[in-house]
Amino acid sequence: MSQTPKLAVDMVDPDPIRFLDAEGRYSPSSSAADYAAELDGVGIEEFQQWYRDMVETRAFDTEATHLQRQGQLALWVPSIGQEGCQVGLAHATEPQDHIFPAYREHTVAKVRGVSFVELLKLFRGFTHGGWDVTDPANGNFHLYTLVLAAQAQHANGYALGQLLDAKLRAGSSALDAGEQGIATGEATMAFYGDGTSSQGDANEALIFAASYQTPSVFVVQNNGWAISVPFERQSRTPLYRRALGFGMRAVQIDGNDPLAAFAVGRRFMRLAREGGGPGYIEALTYRIGAHTTSDDPTRYREKAELEAWRDRDPVERMEAYLRELGVDEAFFAEVAEQADREAKRVRDAILQLPPPDADSMFAHVYTEAHPRIEEQRTWLERYESSFEADEEITA
Amino acid sequence: MTGSAPTVQATAQPVATLTERTELPLARAINEGLRAAMAADEKVLLMGEDIGPLGGVFRVTDKLQADFGSARVLDTPLAEAGIVGHAIGLAMRGYRPVVEIQFEGFIFPAFNQIVTQLAKITNRHDGKVPMPIVIRVPYGGHIGAVEHHQESPEAYFAHTPGLRVVAPSTPNDAYWMIQQAIQSQDPVLFFEPKAKYWMKGEVDPTAAAAPLHGSRVARAGTDCTIVAFGAMVAAALEAAEVARAEGTSIEVVDLRSVSPVDYGPLLESVRKTGRLVVAQEASGNVSLGSELAAHVAEHAFYSLQAPVLRVSGYDVPFPPARLEGMFLPDADRILEAVDRTMHY
Ligand SMILES: Cc1ncc(C[n+]2csc(CCOP(=O)(O)OP(=O)(O)O)c2C)c(N)n1
Repeated sequence: MSQTPKLAVDMVDPDPIRFLDAEGRYSPSSSAADYAAELDGVGIEEFQQWYRDMVETRAFDTEATHLQRQGQLALWVPSIGQEGCQVGLAHATEPQDHIFPAYREHTVAKVRGVSFVELLKLFRGFTHGGWDVTDPANGNFHLYTLVLAAQAQHANGYALGQLLDAKLRAGSSALDAGEQGIATGEATMAFYGDGTSSQGDANEALIFAASYQTPSVFVVQNNGWAISVPFERQSRTPLYRRALGFGMRAVQIDGNDPLAAFAVGRRFMRLAREGGGPGYIEALTYRIGAHTTSDDPTRYREKAELEAWRDRDPVERMEAYLRELGVDEAFFAEVAEQADREAKRVRDAILQLPPPDADSMFAHVYTEAHPRIEEQRTWLERYESSFEADEEITA
Repeated sequence: MTGSAPTVQATAQPVATLTERTELPLARAINEGLRAAMAADEKVLLMGEDIGPLGGVFRVTDKLQADFGSARVLDTPLAEAGIVGHAIGLAMRGYRPVVEIQFEGFIFPAFNQIVTQLAKITNRHDGKVPMPIVIRVPYGGHIGAVEHHQESPEAYFAHTPGLRVVAPSTPNDAYWMIQQAIQSQDPVLFFEPKAKYWMKGEVDPTAAAAPLHGSRVARAGTDCTIVAFGAMVAAALEAAEVARAEGTSIEVVDLRSVSPVDYGPLLESVRKTGRLVVAQEASGNVSLGSELAAHVAEHAFYSLQAPVLRVSGYDVPFPPARLEGMFLPDADRILEAVDRTMHY
């Protein structure tokens, strides 16, 4: 494929679904034709919103890297370059759907309503979570998961719950292997990366998904690298083909094309909600930045490769498309300014957050009372207050 | 394609649960406990390998699929990590999954999901997402089986904050504790002494249950305390009976809960007898016995007449079946330790 810079394994197979070419022109690939109808009714305001989401996330992302460099965050995980598929897929979900991210899905978090300030708490070392997944304001966007692939199973388990709920509602107590046609009205989307596709947990999730025909859609952002290990070490075949082998509907998309992500995501999520079983989307994209702020990508990847992917930047592509649709300069200037303001607001807010108190270590280890925890919590309290008493004496 | 399972809908009649005091084998007591929990709450569901028409390799889930249907008793694909990982997602959705691990040696594919996820999810969510999952684990030796079918891995789980670990020793406890474990909002590892699955005892569904995490004095005595849980309680009681004939009065404490441990009755007992022997099937190094010995030394030091002694499996892999009798502590080995502590 001339459009996609080649990795050593021919992972482009046969023709990823794409609506916008690298220059942002609407020129659907042959594989895209079947999905074109999914874009019917998506208006220019929506495309503008997608663009805004991407730009704001990128500004925030850049700010977060600065914060890490200044010692304000323990770590940051940049997502620059991957906003295209994330924004399309996020907008393809419905409010009642659930989303289980890995740890790099900042654009999805934003679209679903999670505040960037809460998202940063994890990286500031305040919490292992950050936002309340039970609060509808957070759009059923679940917590980041740092043990690779674990969330693929939680997501599909959640989807199995959506299915069993539908069974209960329908008054049926039987669930047969491979049974289809149970409309759930909601579905679950799980995200992970190409490296993670090698994990047992990721593969077991696909087996359970196929076996129970859960309403789930797995999204693999194939960004070419798992830290320093290239995709060709993880797989000798395009990943979507593996999913086909599990008996699932699976396609490969141009992951830097928001329209392709939206169209396929919308179709797959709808089919899942209607009882049509699980789907799998391999999104070909690229991690422009480092794996994390602790990483040094110059040690393992070629500059030429990076440059080739910079030319395919999803934000620029969307901008070109919007210009083609007649969106004027004022809009882009306003978005840039707003994104800047927002990033600064997040920065100020995160620096103002009070650090966690020691009690939070003990508070939620268990839901029900636990003698050992209570004992240690009380002990620490007394120990800490003994210093206060000392201070009073010396004062 | 071969091997398609028939559709299993729940029975039309209301499911009959245990209402009267009945003599039952331990496996059957768990079965009745599961049935009662499932009848009481439609969100309770079972997951595991071969637990449907077969009723599990030990028949603990016998007829539960026929009673409740195949959407409540899920014969899963053969993948332990997948079973536990999916149970977590189901719990997030409001279900109360009860997972069966076929044998304790096969829990390790799921170890990651249990230790890095299940145990930590509530904490990670600042308490907003409870994890009411029970993992049933047939454990322990005495069944003459092949490798990985006779082990006692409880310490790995007791070591992990966020998990609760229990092990009943009697049918009545098994009946009640499985229901309490299911009602718990926290994850519970439920270790079932598989050697005692066929041991009968009276189950009383009408009497109030003892607390899930309470230990109890299984036999009163004055000279020496033996503490044990699961299958070793029977060996401890046997040792106490032999000792009585020899003039030594032994108190047996049945721990029931491995984490948290209810130290009250144990410390009280040690303060009375001044001597403690811990009996466990697991290898002794960094085991529950180590923790019990340390705790008792910290809290009842001046009551002790002798060091706390541990009777454990040796620090070797569980041996081939022909050697298990030598590996596993029995009443004789417990008595050898009792002799040592008495003559210290
Ligand atoms: C089970 C596990 N092993 C190793 C790691 C360390 N680690 C974190 S991210 C990563 C690479 C993941 O690559 P990929 O799945 O392609 O996702 P990407 O980071 O590229 O988005 C590794 C090895 C981990 N978090 N979990």
